[in-house]
Amino acid sequence: MSALINGLAAPLQYEFMQRGMIAAALVGALCAIVGTYVVLRGMSFFGDALAHTILPGVAIGYLVSGGARDTLFWWALATSVLAALGIGAVSRQSAIKEDTAIGVIFAGMFALGVALISTVRSYAVDLSHFLFGDVLGVSSQNLWLIIIFGGLVLFTIGAFYKEFLTVSFDPILAATLRLPVNLLNNLLLTLIAVTVAVSLQTVGVALMVAMLVTPAATASLLTRRLPSMMALAALLAALASVIGLYLSYYLSVASGAAIVLTATLFFVIVFIWKR
Amino acid sequence: MMYAHSSHQTDQPILDARGVSVRYNGRAALENVTFHLHSGERVAVAGPNGAGKSTLFKVVSGALPPDSGEVNISGSRPAKHSCIAYVPQRSQVDWNFPVSVADVAMMGRSAKLGPFNFPKKRDWDFVRHALHTVELDNLATRQIGELSGGQQQRMFIARALAQEAELMLMDEPLTGLDTPAQEGLLNLLDKLRADKVTVMVATHDLEQAASHFDKILLLNKKIIAFGEPRSVLRAENLLIAYGGRYKAVDDSCCEEGFDERAH
Repeated sequence: MSALINGLAAPLQYEFMQRGMIAAALVGALCAIVGTYVVLRGMSFFGDALAHTILPGVAIGYLVSGGARDTLFWWALATSVLAALGIGAVSRQSAIKEDTAIGVIFAGMFALGVALISTVRSYAVDLSHFLFGDVLGVSSQNLWLIIIFGGLVLFTIGAFYKEFLTVSFDPILAATLRLPVNLLNNLLLTLIAVTVAVSLQTVGVALMVAMLVTPAATASLLTRRLPSMMALAALLAALASVIGLYLSYYLSVASGAAIVLTATLFFVIVFIWKR
Repeated sequence: MMYAHSSHQTDQPILDARGVSVRYNGRAALENVTFHLHSGERVAVAGPNGAGKSTLFKVVSGALPPDSGEVNISGSRPAKHSCIAYVPQRSQVDWNFPVSVADVAMMGRSAKLGPFNFPKKRDWDFVRHALHTVELDNLATRQIGELSGGQQQRMFIARALAQEAELMLMDEPLTGLDTPAQEGLLNLLDKLRADKVTVMVATHDLEQAASHFDKILLLNKKIIAFGEPRSVLRAENLLIAYGGRYKAVDDSCCEEGFDERAH
């Protein structure tokens, strides 16, 4: 028993580990709650694309600042919101199918990001941090940004709860009730975009879609009401984040991958159990 | 008062369509459609597939502006009225969505509540009353996928009641229901007459249209006929609407008999 307690306590003697745990759990819960809408509205591909699309913005910030990480959040935030609204606009009035348009844009933007970062000589380490996250490198400033912007996102989701529910379940009803459907859709895209920017440091762009989709999908198999689905998804994601970090510590596995694998394991177990 | 809005502007028809035309990629979906409905009327909209029934509902609900002509709801354009309820086809609904029957009914009030407000006792009273009217009281907390087909349709009617709708548009509500469920739904529509709710129902079943509705609007891009069932369901009208693919109701027995003899 005491061995277990020691095993759990050991990583926490490092301050960066404590910060990483808190950041990963908060970001996991945030992604899961926002991800509930991503799952219910069938926007997984959009979420994946959006995460990848912010790379060129992050890359420019990285080049401009000469490799410093402090301002990258703001570059990620601006790019993410612009990309979300841009993809939203393109998918609404495109001559080609929505998923095709998103595919073209996101692959192109992602390539641009990789190209930009590769102009720096020792780019490999930084690139891998952008792609897969660097949860142990979370600064206390990062943590505050996560708390503030994550809180804003959650507050907005609560404030527009009934509107988002209505527009997601039945857009035609929302239109006949004369709710501002376009505004609400764009607001939801913006919330997803902010979430993506907040999550950049902990999970990175390549695995972000897993944090948006997997815990929410797991919760959807277990509950039949939206509030409980959100709560359960947040709990599962926070748990997966903490367990993932311990696994990463003891097995020397990349932290982002360990978190995503833990969340995926939860999903597989529930999926098999519920069949 | 439950339907506080239905009393105003009684001199104007609840629905007034004049010369409405809609084109999709150059192809006419509706041509010069003109008709009007008075409050509390129940109308079956009949016609072959592709006749423009769904398009007509979209224009009436304000979701689709017509290319020419105009629609007025109680004297003004539909785009700002929140008194129009559109009941979707059951196949268009995500029945796995994590909401209860009462949640869906409450959605009908989400505009009336206004931004930042959560449902109050008065709103729950509306929902409870609406669910009582459609006899779903006992199933209020069920997830929507657990309902039968007829119950699913009644849930959307409850939502329309919670919305305080005055004009209800129902797209093929009877399709896929068994006979008792169809009867239950039609009886419920009769009950709504007391509340002065105007109902437009798209249907394939001319017999039901004749027996349960005040008027029939026979549509095939243009209005072929509009009025009481008896005057609409004439052989010459049906021939124009269905192009000979549909025999008048009285002939159907004989055609089946002929088929049997042929085998």
